[in-house]
Amino acid sequence: MSDGEWTVSLRKPADVALARKAAMSAMDGIGATAIRRTKFVTAVSEIARNVIVHAGTGVIHFKIVGFASQSVVAECRDHGPGIPDVAKALQDGFTTARGMGLGLGGAKRLVDRFEIVTEPGRGTTVVMEAKGR
Amino acid sequence: MADLQDFPSSPIVTITGCVIVAIRDDLDDSAVLALQNQLVEEIDRKKAHGVIIDISALEIVDTFTGRMLAAMAEMSRVLNARTILVGMRPAVAMTLVELGMTLTTIETALTADRAMMMIAEKKPPKTL
Repeated sequence: MSDGEWTVSLRKPADVALARKAAMSAMDGIGATAIRRTKFVTAVSEIARNVIVHAGTGVIHFKIVGFASQSVVAECRDHGPGIPDVAKALQDGFTTARGMGLGLGGAKRLVDRFEIVTEPGRGTTVVMEAKGR
Repeated sequence: MADLQDFPSSPIVTITGCVIVAIRDDLDDSAVLALQNQLVEEIDRKKAHGVIIDISALEIVDTFTGRMLAAMAEMSRVLNARTILVGMRPAVAMTLVELGMTLTTIETALTADRAMMMIAEKKPPKTL
């Protein structure tokens, strides 16, 4: 693993904590403010838990990008069932599992860039970017 | 005495009828269940009338943790113990609001001292 890159396999619930730690290290690496770090780590926690709950397994990768103004990019990939209706899944209050339905839409609000690519039966990839300040 | 298997969850102590639980950072589903079990048993055994949940060790509170905290408060309430959440970091409060999860069903206090006083005085819960 090179400096400024982190990869975490998501296989069991405890791996969500490892993903959070990696997200925290990455944000510390760019000298992020406490509030920006907290928001990003919370978003990562939501997305990583989604993988465990809905897809079973996946991988999340973090890297630091930019020079003058650095940010952290997280790419979370799984080969789970995919999300049939992304727009609906992003709405507050939408839940298939026993959650509160704030996870996906909430995560989107907590980061500076949020992209989701999903194909039913093939899996889901979520990309999130957060600036340090 | 707590069972050895429950030990790694989170410390629980009872002082003057008030159960104090310090939430550890990386609780998974089975640890959450063990903790909730420990909490309701402690309330019953000590006939506690208050519960203080200290989350100062939590760097973040996501919807999973939020749900766990709300469930613990609800369980305590059903057992007639008033529950107050303390030690929330300012960045966590800001994040919860943006997440849309403001934990309106749980009372909060800035410090455990204040929470103890609120429970001792039986000060009525703040209404919105």
